[in-house]
Amino acid sequence: MPQDQPEHIVRSYDEQLRRLRDMVARMGGLAERQVHDATQALVRRDAQLASEVVARDAALDTLEREIEAFCIRILALRQPMASDLRFIVAAMKVSHDLERIGDYARNAAKRGIVLAQQPPIGSLNGFQRMSVLVQENLKMAIDALANGDAEAAQRVWASDEPIDTVYNGIFREMLTHMMEDPRNITAAIHLLFIAKNLERIGDHATNIAETVHYAVRGDSLPEDRPKADASAFAVVQPPE
Amino acid sequence: MNSITDTAVPADSGSFGGLQARSASEINATSRISVRNLDFFYGDNKALKGINLELPDRQVTGMIGPSGCGKSTLLRVLNRMYSLYPGQRAAGEVIMDGRNILDASVDLNELRAKVGMVFQKPTPFPMTIYENIAFGVRLHEKLSKAEMDDRVEWALTRAAIWGEVKDRLQSSALGLSGGQQQRLCIARTIAVRPEVILFDEPTSALDPISTLKIEELIDELKRDFTICIVTHNMQQAARCADQVAFFYLGELVEVAPAAQMFTAPREKRTQDYITGRFG
Repeated sequence: MPQDQPEHIVRSYDEQLRRLRDMVARMGGLAERQVHDATQALVRRDAQLASEVVARDAALDTLEREIEAFCIRILALRQPMASDLRFIVAAMKVSHDLERIGDYARNAAKRGIVLAQQPPIGSLNGFQRMSVLVQENLKMAIDALANGDAEAAQRVWASDEPIDTVYNGIFREMLTHMMEDPRNITAAIHLLFIAKNLERIGDHATNIAETVHYAVRGDSLPEDRPKADASAFAVVQPPE
Repeated sequence: MNSITDTAVPADSGSFGGLQARSASEINATSRISVRNLDFFYGDNKALKGINLELPDRQVTGMIGPSGCGKSTLLRVLNRMYSLYPGQRAAGEVIMDGRNILDASVDLNELRAKVGMVFQKPTPFPMTIYENIAFGVRLHEKLSKAEMDDRVEWALTRAAIWGEVKDRLQSSALGLSGGQQQRLCIARTIAVRPEVILFDEPTSALDPISTLKIEELIDELKRDFTICIVTHNMQQAARCADQVAFFYLGELVEVAPAAQMFTAPREKRTQDYITGRFG
């Protein structure tokens, strides 16, 4: 909801919208933390932290249900129009994206628990890099919603490419590890899925940005977003 | 050689149904009434300022805006109701069937048969139900008894009240409920076979069920008539209208298809009004 709008004649309506915005911001913060901790658990081989991430996912699910119920309540009781309507629908869609992000973080954390028991392979710098980029985008997208900032949303939407590029690098690296030594396969497969999880989280952050753009401006961003995920076309040559 | 395929489901959940893509091109029917540069004065007070508006043929145009914004005034111009009052005058053009209806030469009786009006409070005549319909028809046409019976039945049927009154056509119309009286008034209006029907807050004195019946009726009537409805109830405009015009302080601020008006209006004043931020 843009901040420059005057207050509603009915003040309790403003309070409800403010509360909704706070709920989504809280959920966004929690999702961000899940992504952060899942990556930390992976890098530090910390199964304890990974378990915490898995356990904490339930809080995101609860928040999503609360936001949905609250939105339905406002829709039914206020019959919102125009920017209010768009904001409420956006909150509902964003909470759904955040819930999915939580699922991906939990899945990454579960794999982190397995990986902590496997011999380490290679460097995890790519994962850290990817995680930081994803968290930045996620934070920017949620802030854009809270501040009604369509320009910020558009920046997030346009900046998913570097995440895809890191993902492509990890993809090739993991293939190499697996070809070098079949004993790497378990760890490499798990790492590959974690990278995929992070990449998906990045996609959901851009979804959130699209939603925010619509909520603020009332028009949609173009269909084709800049993308660089080339792994779908990757072909593996077996070693000679 | 192994090819590795990526089977992830796209995360894209799609855009918002493309509502904003439904632009003005959706309202592309030919225009039944064209309002051009219309100014209206109550004495020295300018109540409408340079209004330009097309009423598309056989579509519902909803007019919204706060009290005193000029929407009812515009409605009163469309059938020259204001001519009854001294000191009220209109400047500009309102073109219907190739003629400017503001011309002094226009036959007002003929105009009002072409442009019917339904008011906020039901206004049945203190006559029988049958006579309420037949009275207006007799002013414009000479019909035999059988033809008149047919016309009365047709009008009452089109106004979705025939079933409720067919056994008591000779009873007083004042014995009907408010909602029935309003539908009787609609029957009376369409009995003279107008081209345009103006509704001035037709349901503000009715209960929710009667309101829905009138709205359903409006939806039905737009197949044959061009309809213009003034309403204070924005949900009603959203439900009934194809295009919606927002008036503020005598100006037409914005006109757009209803879906766009209520999801993504272009003007800030529209936005503030329909979201309940001023009024």
